Amino acid sequence: MAKKLMKGCEAIGEAAIKAGCKLFFGYPITPQNEIPEYLSHRLPQVGGMFVQAESEVSASNMIYGAAGTGERVFTSSSSPGISLMSEAISYLAGSQLPVVIANIMRAGPGLGGILPGQADYFQATKGGGHGDYHCLVLAPWSVQEAADLVQDAFELADYYRNPVMILGDGLIGQMMEPVEFSDDRVPIKEIGPKDWAATGWKRDGRPRAIVNSLYLDADTLETHNKNLMAKYDEMKANEVRFYEDLPGEEFDLLVVSYGTVARVCSTAMENLRAQGLKIGLIRPITLYPFPYEAVSKAAKKAKAVLVFELSAGQMLEDIKLAVLGAKPIHFYGRTGGHLITPEEAAKEMKKVLQGQGGAQ
Amino acid sequence: MTELVFKYPEALTQANTHYCPGCTHGTIHRLVAEVIDELGIRDRTVGISPVGCAVLAYNYFETDFQQASHGRAPAVATGAKRARPDLIVFTYQGDGDLASIGMGEIIHAANRGEKITVVFVNNAIYGMTGGQMAPTTMPNQKTTTSPDGRDVALAGYPIRVAELISTLKTPAFVARGSMHSPLQVVRSKELLRRAFNYQVQGTCFSLVELLSTCPTNWGLPPDKACRWVETNMVPYYPLGIFKTPEGDDRAPMPR
Ligand SMILES: Cc1ncc(C[n+]2csc(CCOP(=O)(O)OP(=O)(O)O)c2C)c(N)n1
Ligand code: SF4
Repeated sequence: MAKKLMKGCEAIGEAAIKAGCKLFFGYPITPQNEIPEYLSHRLPQVGGMFVQAESEVSASNMIYGAAGTGERVFTSSSSPGISLMSEAISYLAGSQLPVVIANIMRAGPGLGGILPGQADYFQATKGGGHGDYHCLVLAPWSVQEAADLVQDAFELADYYRNPVMILGDGLIGQMMEPVEFSDDRVPIKEIGPKDWAATGWKRDGRPRAIVNSLYLDADTLETHNKNLMAKYDEMKANEVRFYEDLPGEEFDLLVVSYGTVARVCSTAMENLRAQGLKIGLIRPITLYPFPYEAVSKAAKKAKAVLVFELSAGQMLEDIKLAVLGAKPIHFYGRTGGHLITPEEAAKEMKKVLQGQGGAQ
Repeated sequence: MTELVFKYPEALTQANTHYCPGCTHGTIHRLVAEVIDELGIRDRTVGISPVGCAVLAYNYFETDFQQASHGRAPAVATGAKRARPDLIVFTYQGDGDLASIGMGEIIHAANRGEKITVVFVNNAIYGMTGGQMAPTTMPNQKTTTSPDGRDVALAGYPIRVAELISTLKTPAFVARGSMHSPLQVVRSKELLRRAFNYQVQGTCFSLVELLSTCPTNWGLPPDKACRWVETNMVPYYPLGIFKTPEGDDRAPMPR
């Protein structure tokens, strides 16, 4: 298929359709409204169903009900809406239901603002709702990558029977870039029959389906918890994704950032490299499972580490866990909806290289 | 020759329920199961259990099931029914679940005209959590969080769900029955049959409110609990059909 200029949100919506998703339940919130708007006219064209729910609480429970039948289902929201979905996300994870959720993050806390942010990192990667669970979290840095990751997300969700979250900052949703949808995309996972789904019990060999996260007996619940943990371990072993651009085996500064911030950092880095500075970049693509090992290895090759985020320092904590004190870690974050410009990023990189600025 | 005159409905498992002795939850399960059997829909029915005493309903109905978070059963049912319109989807909800935390979900599911069936069990109290006040608790009724009786000046009056839902313009079948006597049980089954049948026909949203007992938290033996329904609840929660998709809506409630 030819390249098409698309807004991030629209590309995300189209990617869901390309992944065979026929169901969307959502509630309006800026800056992701173009996803439900796009799907409200596209889904009926492909025999699908769009429902505008009365709230994110309801939308997230609708995807629970739809996923319980084994059909592919999608929702999207932005920060305050994801907070309202957190109860259902915990139930989805506890009931092992595959769904894809896009969070096009805005700046918080509270109502915050509608400008881009990355301050939902903790919420997305560490849980958000109650109980021991994780979503698999994917963070694109371009519209093309968003479209690709959404398609992967549906397969990962089905394969692991787990919610998968696309975590994009507002910029990913709002910017326009050329996108290409391949006509012969090869699935990344083989999906077995969904014999766990509640589709009406025919007594034809499959056990009666009960979609449930309630286990009143402590032993049974602990076994369930262990099964979930085993699944997360499998993700950690097989699904870690990252992008790295390191200038050899020894260099002066390792930059770590994700999403659109990493793109800005990459531009700043190129400019400084042209001036002879030795800087490397590593960009986690899966935020859960986190590429601890890759960051640890890359940090060993650098003299110092510099983390950029549109938050007060959330991924920073995972970088600290990866580096474990082996190298000084510096942080530069913007909040309030401010972006980081390439000039600003370059200035911070130079500061660290010149030995200025306190480490974390 | 012996003739089988009474048996478990096919749509019920033979598990012992955890319901308290004399609680009418069990009778309501049986009515729903009989209707599922009689309509021949067991193999395409998906039930949605609530948070409340009926949370374990999936252990008692011999159909596929999904367990919903507190109050969200109508949203879960919406998702399942929209995903698979060929399924018969019903929710089974208590009054705390449906009329308090889940009021938003039920109103909007009804207003969208979701082709689902809602079995609404109104026992005027939170059973599972130990007898706290519900939105349906009667004026002056003592509960663990209204120890001196429900004070309507502070807590408002009990919500009449069937009446509330029937004000919506979207076509629906909305009715109220009661479980306090054999006659009312038979009538309630008829209401449930009509409700499920509207879904089988693909006609409309349907909700049957059933006045039910909670002997344990009311502190009454089962027979007295039934009398309490009759004397205290029925006058405030009148029985009958409030709305049909054919349009014969009941006149506004007498005060
Ligand atoms: C979000 C949430 N809040 C509160 C509870 C605790 N809780 C469990 S059951 C229940 C009330 C159920 O009462 P009702 O719906 O009237 O059903 P009954 O038990 O009387 O059948 C509450 C408040 C919960 N499980 N989840
Ligand atoms: S607590 Fe009340 S509603 Fe719950 S099972 Fe016992 S009697 Fe029935």
